[in-house]
Amino acid sequence: MSRQWWAALVFVAALALLPLGASDYLLSALTLVFIAALVGIAWNLMMGFAGQLSLGHALYFGVGAYTVAILAERYGVTPWIGMGIAFAAGAAIALLIGALGFRFAVRGVYFALLTIAFAEFGRIVFEHWSFVGGTGGFYLKALSATNVPLISLRGGARFNYYALLVTLTFAWWLSVAVVRSAIGYRWRAIRDDEDAARALGVPAFRLKLLAVALSGGLTAIAGGWSGLIGGSLFPDSVLGMRLSIDFIVAPIVGGIGTLFGPILGAFIVVPLNEWSRELAQAAGINGLNLLIYGVLLMAVIIVAPQGGWPWIARRLGLVERVPCRPGEQARNGVAIAASDSTTGDTHGQTSGRTQGQTPSRAQGQTSDRATQ
Amino acid sequence: MNELYVGALINGLLIGAVYALIATGLNLIFGVMRVVNFAHGEMVVIGMYMGYGLWRLTGWPPIATIPFALIGLFAMGYGFQRWIGNAFVARPQHVQFVLYIGLALVITGVHAVIFGPDPMGIQSAASFDVYRVAGLRIDATRLHAALAACVLIALLWAWLRFSLTGKALHAAADNLLGARAIGIRTNHIFALAMGMGAACAGAAGALLAPLYDTQPYLASEFTLLAFIIVIVGGLASLPGALLGGVLVGVAEAFAAVVIEPSAKSLFSYGLLIIVLVLMPQGLLGGRQGAGR
Amino acid sequence: MTGKHPSLRSDRRRLMKWAGASAALGSLSFPALVRAQSGPLKVGVILPLSGVLSFPGIATRRGTELAVKMFAEQGVTLDVTYADYESKPENGRVVAERLIRDGCTILIGAWDSGATISAAQACEAAKVPLVVNVGSARQITEQGFTQVFRNFSPSDDIVAHGVQRFKEILRPGFEPKTAVVLHVNDTFGQATSGAVKALWEKSGMGIRIVDMISYDARARDLSVEVAKAKASGADLVAPITRVNDAILIVREMVKQDYNPMAIYGPSSPGPYEKAFTDAMGKYANDYLVSVPWYDASRALTKRVLDRWSKAYPDGRFELNSGFGWESIQVVADAFQRAKSNRSADLHEALRQTHINDHIMAGGPIVFDGKGQNPNIGIPLLQVQNQEPVVVGPKDAAQAAVKLPMTRWSERA
Repeated sequence: MSRQWWAALVFVAALALLPLGASDYLLSALTLVFIAALVGIAWNLMMGFAGQLSLGHALYFGVGAYTVAILAERYGVTPWIGMGIAFAAGAAIALLIGALGFRFAVRGVYFALLTIAFAEFGRIVFEHWSFVGGTGGFYLKALSATNVPLISLRGGARFNYYALLVTLTFAWWLSVAVVRSAIGYRWRAIRDDEDAARALGVPAFRLKLLAVALSGGLTAIAGGWSGLIGGSLFPDSVLGMRLSIDFIVAPIVGGIGTLFGPILGAFIVVPLNEWSRELAQAAGINGLNLLIYGVLLMAVIIVAPQGGWPWIARRLGLVERVPCRPGEQARNGVAIAASDSTTGDTHGQTSGRTQGQTPSRAQGQTSDRATQ
Repeated sequence: MNELYVGALINGLLIGAVYALIATGLNLIFGVMRVVNFAHGEMVVIGMYMGYGLWRLTGWPPIATIPFALIGLFAMGYGFQRWIGNAFVARPQHVQFVLYIGLALVITGVHAVIFGPDPMGIQSAASFDVYRVAGLRIDATRLHAALAACVLIALLWAWLRFSLTGKALHAAADNLLGARAIGIRTNHIFALAMGMGAACAGAAGALLAPLYDTQPYLASEFTLLAFIIVIVGGLASLPGALLGGVLVGVAEAFAAVVIEPSAKSLFSYGLLIIVLVLMPQGLLGGRQGAGR
Repeated sequence: MTGKHPSLRSDRRRLMKWAGASAALGSLSFPALVRAQSGPLKVGVILPLSGVLSFPGIATRRGTELAVKMFAEQGVTLDVTYADYESKPENGRVVAERLIRDGCTILIGAWDSGATISAAQACEAAKVPLVVNVGSARQITEQGFTQVFRNFSPSDDIVAHGVQRFKEILRPGFEPKTAVVLHVNDTFGQATSGAVKALWEKSGMGIRIVDMISYDARARDLSVEVAKAKASGADLVAPITRVNDAILIVREMVKQDYNPMAIYGPSSPGPYEKAFTDAMGKYANDYLVSVPWYDASRALTKRVLDRWSKAYPDGRFELNSGFGWESIQVVADAFQRAKSNRSADLHEALRQTHINDHIMAGGPIVFDGKGQNPNIGIPLLQVQNQEPVVVGPKDAAQAAVKLPMTRWSERA
């Protein structure tokens, strides 16, 4: 086992033992961190590895939340099954949006705007859909005295904590497995230069769809948990634009395109958000939290645009090296800068500069950029 | 019933002109730098607070505050781009996004800290004024705002077309390398584009102040609205922004009449999806917009 | 019921002294249970103090604060913490959790129905009672919550009472046949408009609803909505609003010169609030609304009104401040009877609540099995001379109803 696996194991073990001495409030707060990390991992699969920028992940989150909650509340379906259906629903919607976008070559900014448009469209539909309660919201009934958490998947702070810890660990393991498989290499090839990858025979369309579906499905599961824990769902709070933006902040702060980044980011961003909100309330100054949050975001992106994890990983000697198996490379036919491709290399993210302009313009721009 | 549709059409046209001014600003910024200004709606709200604040202090009608909004926001936009933004022009998109989202949060936070979160409306006798034309009642404030917006768009247009600086902006938008080669200072040009874009947003905000109650959290709606208009009209196309603004204004007004008022944005997002997928260059997309 | 209880007071004082002394002696074995009981009661009050609902939120807070002061003078000290959910219902839960963590053993809230249910989820998990000050969606008491005690009427009850009052004012010259409902699209608006739709048809009022127009809770501009209502040609406009949108609706009606026979809010905040009458001036007059209201004939109400006018000379005592006041009365009463600040004891005491002498119209405050107070009276109000006055039922009326309403252009 490599050093990173040991580090991960120690980390998970520490978190698993934590409830022995922590208050319920701390556990609830950490549960929120886990949910953010889970969504961060999902979003990062799509953005950090496959290079597709989504600004509408709240859609999958909200669909997951409503699916699990409505199935449990109205039809008595245990969330064990509900979660599976939520995954399928999230993945299906993501596939639809992805297929539409990729088939018509909607890229870069345009793809990001397409995801926003679908998410907002979804929010408004939910707000007017009486089946899901509309803007009135959907509420879970109070837990009965005979509730069995392992069946209803609803319980106290400790239960939620462990449930999310297990889900998060599983999602992280899944992301490691996928990213280090052949699929992961091809994703990065697409991210770094889609046209070149395609020219070399990488089935870009199908692989991008896979990334989008996996990402949407995992996000829906995070939403499902959030609905079960919160108990009340409003379209604006589980499908709103603000949520989509909150989702992307954690992985970016932690380090896009890294395996640990989204988790690190969630551990930084969520407590920061909570702290600044409490500070604003205590001081009685509305908006102070937004101000602090905004300033810190700008500071992070100006000082460390690659995120925190690459920096920490170097300090801890945990630089993730993707073992560059020659066979893989030959099959892919794409040279991958293995040393830093998982530690925050994001140059490959096709920016608007090279997409929405004339060739002469593109040339002018790429001259001062490292890769392409 | 006829009166209802004609009324909605006029309403949509008038508000669409103000939308167009907002979108023109966003378009200018994107056209020159290929940067998506996520803080655009927040800049509109700065203009709204300027309009509201000056009305409170002096009692001037908001149209009189346009020069202040123009100058103030130009200075802010120029300064921000020069000191911070320019370093990000060549960075990957998501990095730019975070910068501007951070800026948006900061602006909203500052508004909430200074003015509080409560909606503030300009309540004056003038807000009940109407013009009666052929049996129709046209809201005077709205008409004035629309006319002022059209004048501003026309002025901007003329400036871009005929002034030397305007031509330099055009050149930078068309071919950055070439622009550099002929000695255009791109740092200045980028900052200028951001300043002009912000000034458009601010002026539109000053015009909106008597129409909508101002509050800090309005901003994201304006940002999204401007995106929709710009995409529908065609990125980097100024006539497109005007057409898109009016189209979205009218479409929303009609959607409110025909479907359900609370669902009217559904129509805009639907339009956005269709245009993105089927006509990616927008309805009046220029050369740049088409070259994806 | 608000009489002094000197014996209880001195008992508690003595107990506290004893507790303090034993703590000073370093007696760590002092039972935690007694220590918890002896302190003052920490009450958390959840309100929308900022954002679109802040006008009524602040009015509720003022009523609450006045009651805290008045009860303190009578020897019931409550340690009250206010928490703001920024008019976002989803924050209700987070805010409630924080108050509970900070040691509040009873909560009051949350003015908005969505926020109330959201907060109730947290209260249910922690088994901390929640006294609902204002919040009208039926669901609040239908989710199986055991900790909710609502001293406010569900909107369908308000609408049903409103139908009775409205029938009483129908007379030759005022017989609207059609109505258009304009409602805000949120938890409260959906619940209330649903009730209107269901109950008006059955009521035999002879009023047909020709259109239901919903608008976004964040709407900044209601010109199209009002134009649509005008085009329907309805005799009666029934807005279900908050305060800002009530202002927008009336302002647009004036601009578009839409003169129905009456504007009647069936269970709707807005018209009686000071923000509304100040903003609209003469255009606020004649607006009808049925909501729970204070009973000005009671001695206690007179005392409260008197104190209010001294504390807030330019404020108006209305529904929100009234139920804010009563929420503290309910809590103080339960605290006195429970003689404990433990949530479970307070919960038991709340279930036994029976308060005869209170300020809002209706019978004694009691809570049924679901935690609902079924005894709340709902009069009909009309804005006259920019002040809300009771115009029905007859025995409680302060003034005669004025109908049909004066045309906008004829108002001086």
